[in-house]
Amino acid sequence: MPEIQTSIRSDFPILQREVKPGVPLVYLDSAATSQKPSSVLDAMSDYYLRHNANIHRGVHTLAEEATSLYEDARKKICRFINARSQTEIIYTRNTTESINLVANSWGRKFLKPGDVVILTEMEHHSNLVPWQILRESSGIELRFIPVSADGRLDLAEYANLLKLEPKLVSFTHASNVLGTINPVQEMAQLAHKAGALVLVDGAQSAPHFTVDVQQLGVDFYAFSAHKMLGPTGIGVLYGRKEILEKMQPFMGGGDMIREVRLEGFTPNDLPYKFEAGTPAIAEAVGFGAAVDYLARVGMDAIHAHEKEITRYAYSLLSEMPGITIFGRETDHRGGVIAFEVAGIHPHDVAQVLDTDGIAVRAGHHCAMPLHQKFGIPATARASFYLYTTKNEIDKLVTGLQKVQKLFG
Amino acid sequence: MYREVILEHYKNPGYRGELDPADITFEDNNPLCGDHLRIDLRLDAENKVKEAAFSGHGCAISQASADLLLESIIGKDLDEVKKLSKQDILDLIGIDLGPVRLKCALLSLKVVKSGAYGIHPGESVDLELD
Repeated sequence: MPEIQTSIRSDFPILQREVKPGVPLVYLDSAATSQKPSSVLDAMSDYYLRHNANIHRGVHTLAEEATSLYEDARKKICRFINARSQTEIIYTRNTTESINLVANSWGRKFLKPGDVVILTEMEHHSNLVPWQILRESSGIELRFIPVSADGRLDLAEYANLLKLEPKLVSFTHASNVLGTINPVQEMAQLAHKAGALVLVDGAQSAPHFTVDVQQLGVDFYAFSAHKMLGPTGIGVLYGRKEILEKMQPFMGGGDMIREVRLEGFTPNDLPYKFEAGTPAIAEAVGFGAAVDYLARVGMDAIHAHEKEITRYAYSLLSEMPGITIFGRETDHRGGVIAFEVAGIHPHDVAQVLDTDGIAVRAGHHCAMPLHQKFGIPATARASFYLYTTKNEIDKLVTGLQKVQKLFG
Repeated sequence: MYREVILEHYKNPGYRGELDPADITFEDNNPLCGDHLRIDLRLDAENKVKEAAFSGHGCAISQASADLLLESIIGKDLDEVKKLSKQDILDLIGIDLGPVRLKCALLSLKVVKSGAYGIHPGESVDLELD
């Protein structure tokens, strides 16, 4: 099995810091945002120090260099998810914007009142609210695949919902609360057989294991750089070329046009049709460096490491009295563990852990409907990445014992 | 962060419960964490707070500050309640809070002041909580 080298941690300067004197950082909140290796920060600072210029129209040296760096990053991302062509890689701000792009551009053009869009009960708000907004303006109907008590999608009910002849099935690859990894390939095949397109929220999957959009057979795939070692402010929408070509621009402005007259405009080719205005150039460069780093370590090695850490954390936490974990123990589970400490509010759990430098998240993790389903207002969540160590999990366990003692 | 006074009011609140009937009832959520708080007040003939109770769910900071706040407003005129500020709450709980946890501590003040002003749900009044 490929192994993660311990030297990885030294690539992340922030992991060397102390939260306060003598208390090192134990960062267990990577599902919210990952930390960044020096190579990403260096690439961005090098861009600003040496190459900064606006892209695409300048002919001077800096403009050429900036354009190359921006487009090279797109090629790297294209290879990273095995898209057919870099014209299928659209830069956005983040996963949320990618999904909003599809809802606005594809949805407004192709969905009519009464058309069905299938979502699931485990979606992040970013894959719920854009469709709810579209429901208000376009009169579409939303249906939800239920989540079972052990945190899996009810695929029998999914098959039933497909009989409604939905136009789109949009769901998350990996749940940011339950850790569930959904069977994307199987679900996409079923959706296509029923005549629907497939959008997958890859925010919690692209950072953690190999994603091959052609093998998965999806039509759209959305993800964010900042959860995969890159900077905030940039994400990607992958879309199949045939579909993207039929879609209307999402935002209007510079760079997205081929020709503008006072009477109207002709949109630019893909992917620029969807990239209005000066984009996040340095961030794209940083995203490219992040993808390089991930590819160098190897996605299979990262996945194997996270599986081991998750299994270790799951077994220790599930042995602790008063701790309830959401989602089941399985080999096919992402590196997030949301849990409840009996009688103690997750805010208090997180706050006490913070005094020992342990960063976990507390709240509904932008999945309120899922929490409502399980009848809990909020959970605490520990999430892992390639730099997480077993020693940090041990510190989490000790910290939780302290929490229980304080409030017990 | 968790001073003895906070833990004490969280574990053994003096004002937890509901008053039915009440002269003033108001409830609200903290959308950030899903905390929910309801406060019931009974007034005497001079519009002073005679009895108070809170219910709902939330973290130690939000529950303890609700308890401390209700304890502090017993006997106070409704107009005085309207004038309570963020600093009054911070003085009661006696700790410094970051911007996220501040919202937990201020939920009770928001609910009490909304009730005192007689705000209807959805109506917007500047409660001067900042």
